[in-house]
Amino acid sequence: MSTIDDITGQIAPSAAKDQHGRGYDGHWALVWQKFRKHKLGVAGGIVVLLAYFVALVPEFLAPVTLESYMPAYSYAPPQPLHWGRDDGEGWRFAPHVNAYNSVIDYNSGRRLFEEDVEAPVYVGLFVRGESYRLLGLIESDIHLFGPIEAGQPFFIAGADRLGRDILSRTIYGTRISMTIGLVGVALSLVFGILIGGISGLFGGVVDNLIQRLIEFIQSVPSIPLWIGLAAAIPQSVPPLQVYFLITIILSVLGWTSLARVVRGRFLAMRNEDFVKAARLDGCGPVRIIFRHMLPSFLSHIIAVVSLAIPGMILAETALSYLGIGLRTPIVSWGVLLQEAQNVRTIAAAPWLLLPGGAVIVAVLALNFLGDGLRDAADPYSD
Amino acid sequence: MQPQNLAEIRNLDIAFADVRVVEGLDLDIPAGKTLCLVGESGCGKSVTAKALLQVIDHPGRVAGGAIRFRQGTGNEIDIAATPPRSAAMRALRGADIALIHQEPMSFLSPLYTIGNQIAEALTLHRKVSKAQARQAAIAMLTEVGMPDPERRVDSYTFQLSGGQRQRAMIAMALINRPRLLIADEPTTALDVTTQANILDLMRRLQADSGMSMLFITHDLGVVAEIADEVAVMYLGRIVERGPVDEVLGHPQHPYTQGLLASMPRLDGDFNAPLQAIPGMVPPPVRKPSGCAFHPRCSRALKGICDKIEPLQIATGPDRQVACHAFGAEAARFAVPPEQPQKAGLAGASDPSRQPSGRALLEVAHLDKHFAVRAGFFQRRIGAIRAVNDVSFDIFAGETLGLVGESGCGKSTLGQTIVGLHTADGGDMTYTPRNGMPVDLRSARGAVARQLKTDIRMVFQDPTGSLNPRMRVRDIIGEVLQVNGVAKPEIEVRVQKLLARVGLSPDYAERYPHAFSGGQRQRIAIARALASNPQLVIADEAVSALDVSVQTQIINMMRELQADLGLTYLFVSHDLGVVANISDRVAVMYAGRIVEIGPTNAIFRSPRHPYTEALLAAIPGRHQRGGAGRIRLEGHVPDPAHPQPGCAFADRCRYAQHACREAPPPMAGTQEHGFACIRADELTLRAVHQERALESA
Amino acid sequence: MGHFMLRRMLYALPALIAVSIISFLVISIPPGDFITRTAELRAAQGDIMPLAEQEAMRRAYGLDQPIPLQYWNWITGIVTRGDFGYSFAFNLPVKDVIWPRMGLTIVLSLASLLFIWAVAIPIGIYSAVRRYTVGDYVATFLGFLGLAVPNFLLALAAMYIAFAGFGLSVGGLFSPEYVEAPWSWERVVDLLGHLWLPMIVLGTAGTASVIRIIRANLIDELHKPYVTAARAKGKGEFALLMKYPVRHALNPFVSGQNDIFVDIVSGGTIVAIVMGLQTTGPLLLDALRTQDMYMAASFILMLSVLVVLGTLLSDLLLAWLDPRIRYQQG
Repeated sequence: MSTIDDITGQIAPSAAKDQHGRGYDGHWALVWQKFRKHKLGVAGGIVVLLAYFVALVPEFLAPVTLESYMPAYSYAPPQPLHWGRDDGEGWRFAPHVNAYNSVIDYNSGRRLFEEDVEAPVYVGLFVRGESYRLLGLIESDIHLFGPIEAGQPFFIAGADRLGRDILSRTIYGTRISMTIGLVGVALSLVFGILIGGISGLFGGVVDNLIQRLIEFIQSVPSIPLWIGLAAAIPQSVPPLQVYFLITIILSVLGWTSLARVVRGRFLAMRNEDFVKAARLDGCGPVRIIFRHMLPSFLSHIIAVVSLAIPGMILAETALSYLGIGLRTPIVSWGVLLQEAQNVRTIAAAPWLLLPGGAVIVAVLALNFLGDGLRDAADPYSD
Repeated sequence: MQPQNLAEIRNLDIAFADVRVVEGLDLDIPAGKTLCLVGESGCGKSVTAKALLQVIDHPGRVAGGAIRFRQGTGNEIDIAATPPRSAAMRALRGADIALIHQEPMSFLSPLYTIGNQIAEALTLHRKVSKAQARQAAIAMLTEVGMPDPERRVDSYTFQLSGGQRQRAMIAMALINRPRLLIADEPTTALDVTTQANILDLMRRLQADSGMSMLFITHDLGVVAEIADEVAVMYLGRIVERGPVDEVLGHPQHPYTQGLLASMPRLDGDFNAPLQAIPGMVPPPVRKPSGCAFHPRCSRALKGICDKIEPLQIATGPDRQVACHAFGAEAARFAVPPEQPQKAGLAGASDPSRQPSGRALLEVAHLDKHFAVRAGFFQRRIGAIRAVNDVSFDIFAGETLGLVGESGCGKSTLGQTIVGLHTADGGDMTYTPRNGMPVDLRSARGAVARQLKTDIRMVFQDPTGSLNPRMRVRDIIGEVLQVNGVAKPEIEVRVQKLLARVGLSPDYAERYPHAFSGGQRQRIAIARALASNPQLVIADEAVSALDVSVQTQIINMMRELQADLGLTYLFVSHDLGVVANISDRVAVMYAGRIVEIGPTNAIFRSPRHPYTEALLAAIPGRHQRGGAGRIRLEGHVPDPAHPQPGCAFADRCRYAQHACREAPPPMAGTQEHGFACIRADELTLRAVHQERALESA
Repeated sequence: MGHFMLRRMLYALPALIAVSIISFLVISIPPGDFITRTAELRAAQGDIMPLAEQEAMRRAYGLDQPIPLQYWNWITGIVTRGDFGYSFAFNLPVKDVIWPRMGLTIVLSLASLLFIWAVAIPIGIYSAVRRYTVGDYVATFLGFLGLAVPNFLLALAAMYIAFAGFGLSVGGLFSPEYVEAPWSWERVVDLLGHLWLPMIVLGTAGTASVIRIIRANLIDELHKPYVTAARAKGKGEFALLMKYPVRHALNPFVSGQNDIFVDIVSGGTIVAIVMGLQTTGPLLLDALRTQDMYMAASFILMLSVLVVLGTLLSDLLLAWLDPRIRYQQG
């Protein structure tokens, strides 16, 4: 028996980089190698990870809790941060903001704020403030940053109508907004895999019916329907239930694209030679699906999921903004944006749009991440 | 420029990014002749052709050298120095030099009629009215033998058959009467009978118009059929050049010799073992130093071939070879044997391997129909009779070749036997060594599991049939694992199997993407052998491979058969390969076996007109313009609408009224059967013993 | 082709029926109706509505009938008489309210679609042909940004910029004096003067996704053999680009138009609410809040019909563009 191929070099062309162990790398290693080259995807991934970290521990990251408010600071603009202070003995490093003195301008009827240089509010890292339970478990009163002396005014990103800190509220809003996308997509994924799998597995009339249903759902304008469904939730329903009802409403229309992907992959995969070969090896249907087929499209599903989350976030934000999605006391970015109902308010207090900035950053990051994952999902092409 | 040349390529470099895929290429294209450019894939043939038109895709580009071309006006132009987007280059393209391609389905746009695209080629270079252009297109279609050109001019590509598309594409290329036609593997994707028709057409058009043709192919049979001169290319350089008779009859370069020796031949002993060129074409990045071919060359001498790049050496009038064995150092090379040595490979002619005569598998009246469904409720509106009343036996230890054109049902037949499709009727009885007969269709449970280990399959595409997510060990060992073999034992078996198929046992830990096509097919064969099967169905198992690798795999399969006592059902469209590997051959047409018998009988004395036509279509068997050829017109009948009589009747030159009345029964002897009612009256032509290829 | 069109239209019919049922169910399934809402509102103002009066009103409005019957009456009214039912809140037949609003919705949606095409197609082509240039990166980034900014936020931002930067009070589709005026040349001009801002706001997300679609499709097409074929015939680069790859890339783009149009109509609802446009959006929201059921159901139905028609049109456009569909499915 001759080992003919070994006469010219040990390995085939694609194994040229074999010295680096490429031939020994499995699927996920290759996906990771390809994803790493997608710079925007990696950057998006980092931002997304950060956002979910914020969603996990907003109590620690926010300077104040949701309950805190200062009526005197209604619509107060962001306080500028000063790095140091000349207290007569020369400049020294002492990061601080200045408290505001407010005057009512009777001509315009608006409140004007002036920095009171005599009332500095010193800020620091890991300061003690209001107490909270981290992750609902650990009792603590340490905040990542904030006024060193608890209870002093600290509105680095401005205040809303009731004098609440926009920054803290935006940080808290991350939790609901980022998870509602995740929960909604998880729900859609269950629907999608189930229905898409059935469609792809059975084929024929079942497949045809499901396909028409999907086409139909995709051709219905989603927002009016969402508005209709969301408006149907009675005012008396407790907030937590509203949260779940909204995710269900979002996924009722959101599962279709996932189902399409799953079905398409299923159908394509069913005719792949390596799946046929597995059948000939004597594998049963369960083994074929879980050992041979599922690993092949898991990476594609992850990519589709990460591209579906931003749609959910945007939808929640829009519904809540219109006042028919989540409501206070739940704090999401959409709920926070309700404060910015009209142009005059925005003109007077543009910092109310900060949660909108958070939405944009999160959605951008998720899109970049999803794009990178989609490109990397099939590391065998080119 | 020499007066007899239309174009001269000098020292041409083509680079993709930093990699030179063509380096220092010299090639003369003679006026009024057909020059064939031959070589395996990855040698730079296609990109050289595109360089002549400056249409290489980004990031490829002509990086140096000259392409001098004599225009119709008598002026010389250096194409390599003409910017790709310049008006001068555009004026040249399509008018002086035209291009046709392997795949007309993608070379022509499906969104415009063929008439539109043919006329466009004309209007780009001449001021003619729309109506005139259309008339010219119709005239051109008539000239290339398009049936019903007045109507077809308004057809789209997807409404035409493969051969018609090819004709439309040729019409588009020739409408401006170019002085040079570049044909890039124009017949590779076609069935052998259509290929023969297209080759006839191209030869006639070339002779009539007196244009030059640069014909690119990997198939030496096609070369013999169409070439005046041959240039053999290896890794971006021409290694041998000369008139077709001399190059094919007396090849000088070891690469040319290797290609010829690895090609299955239909003269002499079909079953004579083929000689494979060892190894494979390396990627251009890893081009060997010195003579690029030296790592695969049996004559290579250390210190010369691996150090110094050989120059073109004239070995006769119009004859060049780039090999040190013909240069200044010629004395140091041993004189090559006149006839390439027959390596000590076990093969079909090995007397130690004798078919037993015991039927391993008996197939009787097998049917496999695919439902044609339509409408919302997927009503069954008809059926495609992919396999239609097929009966045959496979004897233990033999190789049964199954040939036929695409769509004849040969793959479906193989897949039905192995269990990928459920048969709709008939019987399949499998009798293992020392075992009781088993009915394949009704087997359940443990019997079915045993059958899955006994009857195995090798797929055509070695990339698609290996799961990219699994290690080689798990791929090969899957069948063992499913059958409950213990892990350590699987490990040992996989190591042995890898060694068996000529791969290093270390490869078990790797993933399929680390391997070349040939190596992957070895892995696929190891998987098939893992369960100690008795019958292996090879479905076009070597069709996707380059000729030298193909020969390696064929030889290995023959060795394995001799060593392990395997039985093969070898499904292929390639008659040469089938002749080489098979003891017996079955010919399929439109879902039925039309002829079955020993290889010699099928090829030397066919009894069915379809077999005759298939054999006649094999390229390389006729002298140029040889008279009395048999060519099939028309198409394979639509399998959804079967005719009452013989399915071949519409294309058969011997068909009579009686042929169309009832399907012909299988006649002849137990050994050699044929389904033709006129078989006894007809004298059919065959492949003859004389040296068909060399006679070209 | 005729056969194809007919079949396509037949396919649209069950979709329309389903849409009408869903529209109606969404409104009528939730507990409570317009009367309970009215009673709640009055109760909040200290005016208790006797149960007998509530029941009497229900009977008067036909709300005491079973839902399938209510649906049947409603849908037969629409199909046979063009009668969409009665708006309790407006005390008017729904059709008097809905048609002018639908008209403006269609105008705005079509304007946005044209805006998307006019902006996105050239940029998409440029981006694909000049891949990995600065212009491509800028277009790609703007594309991502356009996808990431919620419609209503963009609307707010646009209004804020117009308000703060130019002192314009943008909102609505007409100047106050033309809101109730009958149609006239001046009113059309006034409409056009107001239309452009919501059109841009509404079109941005679509523009972003169309740029991405065109770019991706065209990049796939640019290296196809038929491009080499056309080049080898001697065709000039620009003419070649337009005749072959762009034309091929338009096919998946046209079939993707359904989604774009759905998004426009869908997103239009929110933009209209935020910008106070005289289209269907704001009224739909009010009708849903007050459970003014015939009004809400009719709006959802008509928006869906608009989308189904849009889908039908884009399918026909695709068939017209692509002979493969014309000849193989016809």
